[in-house]
Amino acid sequence: MTVLARERTDPGRSAPAGRRAPRPHWLLLVPALGLLGVVLLIPLAQSFLRSVGAPDLTDEHYRLLFTDGVTLTVLLRTAQTALLVTVIAFVLGYPYAYVMTRVGPRMRAVLLVIVLVPFWTSVMARNFAWILILQRGGPVDEFFQLFGLDVVLYGSVSGVAIAMSQVLLPFMVLPLFSALSGIDRRLLLAARGLGSSPLVAFWKIYWPLSRAGVTAGLILVFTLSLGFYVTPALLGTPQESLIAQLLAQRTTQLLDFAGAGALGMLVLVITLVLVAWANRIGGTVSAIGVVATTGTKEQR
Amino acid sequence: MTTAPELDVPRAPAARPARRRQRSVDAVPWWLRVVVALVALYFVLPTLFVIPMSFSESSTFSFPPEGFTLQLYRNFFTDPVWLTSLRNSVAVAVVAALLATVVGTAAAVGLHNLTGRMARLARTVLMISIVTPGIVIAVVVYISFLKWHLVGSFTGYVLAHAAIGMPFVLVSVTSALSGFDPKLLRASASLGANPLRTFLRVTMPLISRGILTGAIFAFVTSFDEVVIALFLRSPTFQTLPVQMFNSVTFEVDPTIAATSSLVVTAVTVICLVPLLLGSRRKNR
Repeated sequence: MTVLARERTDPGRSAPAGRRAPRPHWLLLVPALGLLGVVLLIPLAQSFLRSVGAPDLTDEHYRLLFTDGVTLTVLLRTAQTALLVTVIAFVLGYPYAYVMTRVGPRMRAVLLVIVLVPFWTSVMARNFAWILILQRGGPVDEFFQLFGLDVVLYGSVSGVAIAMSQVLLPFMVLPLFSALSGIDRRLLLAARGLGSSPLVAFWKIYWPLSRAGVTAGLILVFTLSLGFYVTPALLGTPQESLIAQLLAQRTTQLLDFAGAGALGMLVLVITLVLVAWANRIGGTVSAIGVVATTGTKEQR
Repeated sequence: MTTAPELDVPRAPAARPARRRQRSVDAVPWWLRVVVALVALYFVLPTLFVIPMSFSESSTFSFPPEGFTLQLYRNFFTDPVWLTSLRNSVAVAVVAALLATVVGTAAAVGLHNLTGRMARLARTVLMISIVTPGIVIAVVVYISFLKWHLVGSFTGYVLAHAAIGMPFVLVSVTSALSGFDPKLLRASASLGANPLRTFLRVTMPLISRGILTGAIFAFVTSFDEVVIALFLRSPTFQTLPVQMFNSVTFEVDPTIAATSSLVVTAVTVICLVPLLLGSRRKNR
């Protein structure tokens, strides 16, 4: 297979190096693949083999996931939370991405840096801050007490969702921004010129054109929120645990490695399928990596 | 960064004088600007709550903070548990970032010269840890590392953190290479340089910014990583985020407020470096 791929390389680009030593370019990948193999691929394979009970195959651990009465409940609760996170991220992210396409380059750079702030602030500091804000007697509680309401979001699924949306918003804003900035605004002006109201022009023209970016962002945020561990562990309660907490509990407390492996595979497969779907629609898998490094890239 | 919402109002019109004619027809409505300012606050404001908290005299997490004291900072810098965790975190992050940068740069250069389905597959595989949920990585790594006696060891932490930092190096070096003129390689080869010498003397200086950016991101990724670190911890070896997690869950130790403020400040400064590098490049 290596040979095949090598022959396909662009002769114009790699000819001088290629004629003397065609192999090095593949060799350069070996250290990275080796590192990934030790840390991710081999452990994944080992956990998978354990979960199917190798060498004698069994589907017991997978069947248990659906029959133990706990996993499905938690999975459903996780999906609901993820949905809530996604809705919050969409409602906040769409106007933000829209305005990003409408301001000058300097302001756009400022808005972009702001999007990336939660992404690069310390996970623990961010979650600790949310504990301070959402706890009993915290600012949110005090605010609602002005209206005579007792709202303590700490220890609730809504509190977890609010804190998660903050850090997942970049994954909504960036695909949306790239989709929205490709829309020709003259179409809207044309619609207005032909007598349509702004709302109708938005709904009939702008919204359909932005749908690919919206879908990609929705799937991406939903998927990523399925795997959150620290936020639900710190802001939620064990009674309303999410799938990541269940996975951690099975591994470190119950030492049920086979069961944990099966659950881990399930979460991984769901995630990868959804990401591949988002990627087909919006081409955004690299966007996830780019989110991290884009701070510098998009500005140029 | 706190001043960002104020920037919104004066700068936005000034930045696009060319659109002045259109504005009456096609302006960003004021209420949308308010929404965006609020969302911007939602991004930035919460984390800043830790700063007033870090000067509190209270021994709990109650907010608003009471009084003004540097006691929590004194705790942090005198308590051996916090200091050892900090030292471990820095050591792990430095070595993991170095490892991630070397293997990530090599892979980026290799992939840059390869095309075809196998190369695309290799790139996807190398990026896969970005989309794999952290908890799944943590669980499978824990189970395998337990068998390999790597749990609670410096080596275990370095390997795991280098692997999750490597994709960021790959992305940033790849983007640096995309602006690289391949004719330079031919020129260098025709002048008699071997591929290694060409890489060190021609390629590397030109993509050094991409390498540095990737290295910084790999460092921050490792320094901040909690989930895998929680599984790899042992009584004798843990990192700073793990100690922060302990201080919230088991100890209710408000020292975390001082630690958070320090970490937020440090990481902000570190992250500003690539931003500044980026803008300098733009001006050049």
